[in-house]
Amino acid sequence: MSVAASKSHYQSEEFARRLRGRYAAERNFKIAGVAALALASMMLVVLLTSIVSKGYTAFWQSQIRLEVTLDKAQVEERNFTAILRQGLYAQFPQITDRTGKRTLNELLSSGAPYELEALVKQNPAIVGTTQTIWVRSDDEVDQFIKGYFPRNAPEAERRLNDAKIAAIDAMVAQGSLVQAFNTTLFSAGDSREAEQAGIWGAIVGSMLTLLVTMALSVPIGVAAAVYLEEFAPKNKWTDLIEVNINNLAAVPSIIFGLLGLAVFLGFFGLPRSAPVVGGLVMALMTLPVIIISARVALKSVPPSIREAALGIGASPLQTVTHHVLPLAMPGILTGTIIGMARALGETAPLLMIGMVAFIVDVPHGMTDSATVLPVQIYMWADSPERAFTERTSAAIMVLLGFLIVMNGLAVFLRKKFERRW
Amino acid sequence: MSVQTQIHTKPQSAGRTAQVVPNKMIARDVKVFYGAKQALKGINVEIQENKVLALIGPSGCGKSTFLRCLNRMNDTIENCRVDGLIALDGEDIYGKSIDAVQLRARVGMVFQKPNPFPKSIYDNIAYGPRIHGMATGREELDEVVEKSLQRAGLWNEVKDRLREPGTGLSGGQQQRLCIARAIAVSPEVILMDEPCSALDPIATAHIEELIDELRENFTIVIVTHNMQQAARVSQKTAFFHLGDMVECDDTEEIFTNPRDERTQGYITGRYG
Repeated sequence: MSVAASKSHYQSEEFARRLRGRYAAERNFKIAGVAALALASMMLVVLLTSIVSKGYTAFWQSQIRLEVTLDKAQVEERNFTAILRQGLYAQFPQITDRTGKRTLNELLSSGAPYELEALVKQNPAIVGTTQTIWVRSDDEVDQFIKGYFPRNAPEAERRLNDAKIAAIDAMVAQGSLVQAFNTTLFSAGDSREAEQAGIWGAIVGSMLTLLVTMALSVPIGVAAAVYLEEFAPKNKWTDLIEVNINNLAAVPSIIFGLLGLAVFLGFFGLPRSAPVVGGLVMALMTLPVIIISARVALKSVPPSIREAALGIGASPLQTVTHHVLPLAMPGILTGTIIGMARALGETAPLLMIGMVAFIVDVPHGMTDSATVLPVQIYMWADSPERAFTERTSAAIMVLLGFLIVMNGLAVFLRKKFERRW
Repeated sequence: MSVQTQIHTKPQSAGRTAQVVPNKMIARDVKVFYGAKQALKGINVEIQENKVLALIGPSGCGKSTFLRCLNRMNDTIENCRVDGLIALDGEDIYGKSIDAVQLRARVGMVFQKPNPFPKSIYDNIAYGPRIHGMATGREELDEVVEKSLQRAGLWNEVKDRLREPGTGLSGGQQQRLCIARAIAVSPEVILMDEPCSALDPIATAHIEELIDELRENFTIVIVTHNMQQAARVSQKTAFFHLGDMVECDDTEEIFTNPRDERTQGYITGRYG
């Protein structure tokens, strides 16, 4: 095409059409992008709304106020159930029949006598006096007050009969049945009774597990990355290792669980359900992630820094420890935190090594039986009681909170130490 | 391994007398291979003490490769093999008795792009003396830093902000900082790989003056693409072409009376 012809080409109708087409394509692409973003945010909002709306009530728990007379004989017999019940009956003098009393008994949590016992142990001076105490209500009472059981369904289809509802209404009216912050949720281990169940055991289990994971995978991972990136010769062996590390990062986590079961439990005979084993398995799982992210961070340090250090006579190790590694640290930290966050949210491999057990006690050491947050969520999600539904969502919120904090920390560190050359 | 270092420069063109100049470094039949590719095809050069040797030649001719052989920076490159002999004060620098790390303290290097450490100006200079144990105590280190910056002509500009990051300086200042950093470890030879290519003319003039001053105490080898620069700062010039060293002579001689027509072609701008 000659120059003159091409000039007229740019003014022709055909060119204008092409231009319009180009603009349209760009616009469509933008629309598609915005639509995808909107869809993703909508999903997120739906997810969060559903979790929060189901779970926020779990942070409150119904408490019953009782005037109890701590009779010395009864305390010595450890008959705290009777003490509590007498206090409860006193609020309903009109109820005298056995059925009515049984209905009242069911208002109290089965853990309430232990609460009272703990109170007496803590302060023996109250024996022989009359005290006003607050004890947890049964989870069904709690759920009814929160409105999860419809009040106007036929009595036969209701979890709570008319007599119980009447008693609850009376107590709410008197102010002796109120909602208070659910401290149990954050201080107790697991329980079969929803009102006595908490996530503290799982949180401690998670922390112990992560501690082991971090203590193992960070030094090993960073050292491996430094060696591979800065010292190892580039040959087919290191290529093979690199391919394998990348593959390991993509191995389904349950496989690591099986490995842990076979090696740590089967061969080394380490205890079942223990954070130390969970940590070991998680460390294996996190290592490739840390190695890969650390290598990327090391790679992003410009070679001119290495040359500068080598050029004034720093040894290769000095070059790495004095210059390259400090400069790569933000990236390594980010990768580490994201790896840890992944380990915190991981469930499958822990199922294989027995951390799915029902454990009531809060673990005190690396070898105590423990469970972790996501496994706790998994187990609660399986429980039929209505009260566990809201606790499941609450535990999810706590887990998400930890993950958000960790990821936020990663972003913060990256922004704070990010360096441009 | 000991090598004859007192080499009589060959009687050159008529009218010049042969003179004895101590050679700081010599290269004999230096061949460099990157894998199977040969980058240098047998280089012979003498680097005379307290003089500036300029390496000129078109891109890809092997000037920088040769320069990096002189302090074994090529060791860090995978698949790079160096044949032949390079000696510093008569000692083979690729020999067993020489440690590459120590060698690089004796043969310093300034790079094409200013590459200060992302640390303070003070720490940039003090790093070398620190790792080599050249200064004991704070005061001694302060002194080394001040002296190095003064010799690099940067002291007056930065003396009030030694704690500020070296990366915050201008390009020319950064390059002088890098020169000061190289000087701080008291090298014997300073290699400069196109030190002015990233700088503006004023900063370039600064560096050129500096090179002329540094010649008193150091032996300097400079790679440059700028013919005027080579003519201005160097006493000796070597012309490289396609991995060969075509010609090495007094700078004046190279620029006024080149013997090889490739040199002639390059310096008159016919290619390059």
